[in-house]
Amino acid sequence: MNDCKIVDARNTFCPGPLMELITYMKQASVGDTLELLSTDDGSGADVPEWVNKAGHELVSKERVEGVWHIRIRKAK
Amino acid sequence: MARRLFIVCVTGTREKLQMAAMFASVAAATGDEVSVFLSMNALPYFIKGRVAEPPVEGEMGTLMEQKGVPPFKQLFQQAVQLGDAKLLPCSMALDLMRLSKDSMDEEVGPPTGLTRFLSDAEGAQLLTF
Repeated sequence: MNDCKIVDARNTFCPGPLMELITYMKQASVGDTLELLSTDDGSGADVPEWVNKAGHELVSKERVEGVWHIRIRKAK
Repeated sequence: MARRLFIVCVTGTREKLQMAAMFASVAAATGDEVSVFLSMNALPYFIKGRVAEPPVEGEMGTLMEQKGVPPFKQLFQQAVQLGDAKLLPCSMALDLMRLSKDSMDEEVGPPTGLTRFLSDAEGAQLLTF
């Protein structure tokens, strides 16, 4: 099942992917899952840090062929 | 309680404006209370309709122009829109350039004097670019 919205922020640099994610998170409903795609190395550490601080849920994080796939569930 | 971050932008170069915008956008989007004071050579880049880009200082500025780095104006706009950051033009610099608030970009807030800014920034973290 793949019901999450993809936020494609590949080929942009810090803090582009994070800002893209936050823009879509603001529009999402509580319980929605978003998947961020990022080629920015730092996203692997920075995005989970923001998710933790903002009080959302990190569902999964993996890097496939140089692209971070980070799934986040909106918790509030 | 949210952290309070005050950023002072006085240098009109690509690298300095970019770094300030990165701090402002990430901090604001993370829930920090962010105020950005715009003065000296940084201020003209926030005049409505201005198309001139700030000069680069060195290698990083040149690289940023070539790669997909988000423009500093876009990051400041996101800081305001996503995180309620305030962009405050220096009232002295506006006077010198004979500008009013209406001459500035939409995101730019009310003209602010140093006394007010220092008073608001008391006890908070302050970064200067």
